[in-house]
This record gives sequence, structure tokens and C-alpha cells, in this order.
Amino acid sequence: MTGTGTGTGQRAYRPRMSLWWWARKRSYTLFILRELSSVFVAWFVLFTLLTVWSVARGEERYEQFLDFASNPLVVALNVLALAFLLFHTVTWFNLTPKAMPVKVRGRRVPSTVVIAAQWLGFVVVSAFVVWLVVS
Amino acid sequence: MADSITLRVTRYQPEVDDEPRAQDFDVPLRENWVVLDGLNYIKDRLDGTLSYRWSCRMGICGSCGMMVDGEPALTCATFLVDHAPGPIRVEPLANFPVVRDLVVDIGDFLEKLPRVSPWIVRDDDIPVDEGESLQTPEELADYKQYSMCINCMLCYSACPVYGLDPDFIGPAAIALAQRYNLDSRDDGAAKRLDVLIHPDGVWGCTFVGECTTACPKDVDPAGAIQRYKLTAAMETIKSYVSPGGGP
Repeated sequence: MTGTGTGTGQRAYRPRMSLWWWARKRSYTLFILRELSSVFVAWFVLFTLLTVWSVARGEERYEQFLDFASNPLVVALNVLALAFLLFHTVTWFNLTPKAMPVKVRGRRVPSTVVIAAQWLGFVVVSAFVVWLVVS
Repeated sequence: MADSITLRVTRYQPEVDDEPRAQDFDVPLRENWVVLDGLNYIKDRLDGTLSYRWSCRMGICGSCGMMVDGEPALTCATFLVDHAPGPIRVEPLANFPVVRDLVVDIGDFLEKLPRVSPWIVRDDDIPVDEGESLQTPEELADYKQYSMCINCMLCYSACPVYGLDPDFIGPAAIALAQRYNLDSRDDGAAKRLDVLIHPDGVWGCTFVGECTTACPKDVDPAGAIQRYKLTAAMETIKSYVSPGGGP
């Protein structure tokens, strides 16, 4: 508790936020998980860069990287990271219309259309990547 | 339906209390009674020393915002029956210093509001005898949503960023800045830019989104802030491309 002046000659009570404020409410917890997902996004970026780097360094280095990537701990980490990445993607897509109100011929495009367009892009790019890997 | 419901009201009397405490009051549970009616009943019949703010009791003045069962709400628009069987916790707005009982110190908010120049700023003054500054319905629609703010501060109460860092200028101030930035009659965007791109401005926001959830007027301050982040980023890029050109 901290007493502060209010200009009225009396002390005001200034409540402090608990360190666990984010556990108080579901929406706060989801927000913190969304923020945390950035760490896993960063991990995937690093992982991808490591892949490219090891490929560039020749077959032996690439084999070493594959050994590292198939380590159960790394696999578990990547599964967790994938879950967070999907969560990141879903929340990102859902929040986009808030930041970018799209107008076509002076009319505001409904949020659902903006979100749907992003999912369409996601599916097209994913299909291309799958085609690239499989063929 | 029960005849009465308990309001668990936060009391804080600085001359005797070191910290807030809860006091229970039984008030009639009527279908058309809101939490504010319950508080007025307490004030009139049970304990005249209870302090709280209210004025219009119809969701316009923005005075009666409090925490009801832990959520920021206008007590004039929160029905007792929706929180039955109770007890209903009625606490002062979170994230603000408590002056007495349910009354919070709003000085910080009132100091922040004028920083964003929430009025029409013109490069040239249009004489009154030239008539109205006309707007099309589309131009009105660009900012109308943001003009519905009643300064009730529920958004500040819902915002953990403001709770953790009281220097953050906050959702309502930024939404109001956008209300004028998007007004076709206004030339003040450049003036507001410095305040809004300050570290305590839009970039303080981490998009929790609770301000929008709490807003009783559907202003969507979270949307306003994210839109402005995009504008601010574009202005910054422009200033690199054409230094001195300014926004």
C-alpha cells in the first residue's frame, strides 16, 4: 500500500498489480500466451536458418543437423513450437482487421472477409510448400 | 426470485483505514434495478457515508464506472439480476488511486487527455459567416465511432499496460486523438504525432484488447491504437524517404 497526496489533504490508496495479474482472467492469459508465442516464432526462424546454413555447408554437416533435429527433445520442442506458431497465426489473422480497416470503393470491407482472405493466402502458400516438399 | 441481494462494497476512509475493506449491504433485488440503484439505496437508507460518483444514470455522463464482480462496468447499466444470487462485489475502478470508498482519483486521466489536442485543429480559421464546414456521410463515418467516447475510463481500468505503467497515455486518449485525426475538417495530425509516437504513446500498447471489450460505447480503442501504429510507421518511413518533408 502506498499513500499519496490527492490535493485534498488526504492520502489516496494506490493499489499495486499482482505479479499474477495475467492468471486472473482467461483473456489476459490468452494474451500472455500470444506474447509468449513470439519466442517460438523466433525459435523457428533460427531453426530454418540453421537448416539453410547446414545445407550450404555440405552433406556431412547436413547429416549432423538431421541427427540434431531428430533428437526427441528437439522434436518435442518443435511440436510445442508448432502449436504456439499456429496459435500465433490464428490470433494474428483475427486481429488484422482491427489494425487495417480495408476499404473498397469507399466501403469498409467486413472483418470476416479480411480474415478469410488471409486464410486463403495461408492455404495457397501451404499447398505450394507441400507440393515443393512432396514432388 | 429472492427479495434481496448482497452488495459487497469496498470501503476506504483515509482518515481511519490503512487499506480498503469490504462491507456487505442487503438491497432489494428488483428486476429493473441496476447496481447504481443498489448503491443509491444504501446511501439513502442504510449508510449515508458511502461515497461514489454518479450523475445521469443513463450511460451518457461516464461517472459511475466501477468494478462489478471484478469487471469494469458502468453501474447504471449493470442489472442486479444479471449478477444474482450474489453477493455482488462492487469495487472502485482498478488501476486508479482510491480517494474514498468507490471514488477514484481521475487527475492522471484529465492531465493526459488534453495532451492529444482532442479538438479540431485548423491551419486556417474559417470565419463563422462563411457557414458550416460540410462533411459527407462517408467522412462522418470515418471517425464517428471514436466520437462516442464518454470518458468513463473503463478502458484504463481494463488495461494491464496502464496498470503496470501509469505513464502510458492510455486507450481513450489515443482513440480520441484518432477521432480528430480522421475528421476531414482537422489539420492537427502532425501536432498529435509527437505525443502518440512517444514511447508512452501507441507503442506502449501490446494489444491486449480488453479496452475494447470493456468499452460501453463500442468505441474500439484497441482498433484505434493498432490503426495508428500503422499510420505512425508509415509517417516514420516517409520521414526517411523525404527528410524535412514532414507528415
